[in-house]
Amino acid sequence: MATRETVVAPPPSPLEVPPRARWWRAVGRFVRQKPLGTGGAAIVLFMILVAVFADVLAPYDPLDTDYLNMFSPPSYHHWLGTDDFGRDILSRLIYGSRTALLVGFVSAFLGATLGLIIGVASAYFGGTTDLLVQRVLDVFLSFPLIILALAVVAVFGTGVGNVILAITIPLIPRCARVVRSSALAIRAIPYVDAARACGFSHWRIILRHMLPNVVAPYLIMLTAFQGQAILLEASLSFLGLGVQEPVPAWGLMLRGGAEQYAESAPWMAIFPGLAISLAVFAFNIFGDALRDVLDPRLRGTT
Amino acid sequence: MHRYIIRRLLLMIPTLLGVAILIFVLMRLLPGDIVEIRLASEGAYVSQETINKERARLGLDKPLWRQFLDWLWGVARFDLGQSMWTGRAITYEIGIRFQLSLQIAIMATLVAVILAIPLGTLAALKQDTWVDYAVRVFSIAGLATPSFWLGILILLTFLIFFRWAPPMVYTPIWVDPVANLSQLTWPALATGYRYSAVVMRMTRSSVLEVLREDYIRTARAKGLWERLILVRHALKNAMLPVLTVTGLEFAFLIGGLVVTEQVFNLNGLGKLFVDAVGHHDYTLVQGLVLLVAFVFAFTNLVVDVLYAWLDPRIRYQ
Repeated sequence: MATRETVVAPPPSPLEVPPRARWWRAVGRFVRQKPLGTGGAAIVLFMILVAVFADVLAPYDPLDTDYLNMFSPPSYHHWLGTDDFGRDILSRLIYGSRTALLVGFVSAFLGATLGLIIGVASAYFGGTTDLLVQRVLDVFLSFPLIILALAVVAVFGTGVGNVILAITIPLIPRCARVVRSSALAIRAIPYVDAARACGFSHWRIILRHMLPNVVAPYLIMLTAFQGQAILLEASLSFLGLGVQEPVPAWGLMLRGGAEQYAESAPWMAIFPGLAISLAVFAFNIFGDALRDVLDPRLRGTT
Repeated sequence: MHRYIIRRLLLMIPTLLGVAILIFVLMRLLPGDIVEIRLASEGAYVSQETINKERARLGLDKPLWRQFLDWLWGVARFDLGQSMWTGRAITYEIGIRFQLSLQIAIMATLVAVILAIPLGTLAALKQDTWVDYAVRVFSIAGLATPSFWLGILILLTFLIFFRWAPPMVYTPIWVDPVANLSQLTWPALATGYRYSAVVMRMTRSSVLEVLREDYIRTARAKGLWERLILVRHALKNAMLPVLTVTGLEFAFLIGGLVVTEQVFNLNGLGKLFVDAVGHHDYTLVQGLVLLVAFVFAFTNLVVDVLYAWLDPRIRYQ
């Protein structure tokens, strides 16, 4: 039945439908088919808005210490309470979303993109190059994420920039692996050889002819990495090896005072963790839905 | 089969060699070497002569390639050398913590498998019903919850509601099982939840895929009892990819539990790694990383061999 349907209603050709309408239609279909994923996308959008308008939304300065109001429980003045320096937790959470999203977006983008290029190039050149690249990827893949990230932080030091680097490096081989397997299938299609026969350069073929065909796994890895990067940043900061005080970051808020005074001031430990979970949860359900729509075969790779 | 295993073991050598080179180079890139760090921490003035003498004692005065080859030669003879910080054998330093890390990894795997396989199968059977949605949300939440935060919440619950905290000192399970379990059950639960989410997702999609196979339809067509189809035909085949992710996650848990160990104040391999990096204890970090990479590669091999044993269609040459 399914095959007959596609014969009866061929997909609209790009010439008939203006690009804008196609784009809206795709979004509309996504919303109807994937209510969970749409919910995730809505939360992500909400967080981006919070991060952008943090200055307007935050009731206090996230760095303002108030020693008369240390450990105050959630109240009208401090909705989510204050920490061991009397800083407003809600304001710190709001500003912390900037750190989380910045690290998440930049390292996921860099990790997935570099992985994409390595994966496609490896599949395109094949032979010895492919073999060598795969062995190098094997080396990086035999470390747990956090161990490699910790080693990188140890060498380059802490701080936002280095944390991004430390998260990007372990993500690259994970994307390269997945992209390579898709690119191998593309490589086998004769048009790649035809392009070569036309005298196009290797990089032109890789960038213009092969990359566009592996966009689906790339986008899927990109969204999956957002959540992983945010979790990893939180873990590093929690260990004291990530973002440094006084920069507001969710993982950092769980460190030190939050653990030490957890019994008397549990709000310090509860809310930052909720923020991390919600952010990663949103990215994950959005990523899952995107994967189902774009390429269901990739289930289980992320 | 034997030839396959031997070839796979040989193929592990280049990967492990790569890991060895990578971690050796990374460690030498650390600003300041171990001698400076250790002598500086003592606070008093130290002459350059003392520093040089200490470097010579640790073999750090030799050229880098020589240090690397010396270390590699030791590894080839299963001798990881001594910790530059404590002076004890690295096999000893790792050995006393390996027990604890291994036990948590095994317990977390049990938690994960017991939760994941029934729930994942259930979700697949009831695809797109509220049961499926509930299981999926539960598992995505597991992926999203940082296990260290879950650990803090568990400790917090015990403190506030029961005024109880798990014991601080590690007791081997054969000495006192009660003390051992009352310490290690909680970190195993905290990591097991995330772990179960990974396995559950794989179980669900794998069962879904198998249920669409022709032989399942054949089994139904000949009127086989539905439960028998599920257990004997579907689950058995669906478990192969599940085995792979379980194996991978298990391998990463050994040594990858850095943050959870921090929360529960456990002295495991993760803490050893963080401390060793902090001390710039070159030999210890190198040995530890090599061990983690070996466990990972070896687990992969075991999984592949299990594949052939579980699925008669798979034959390795």
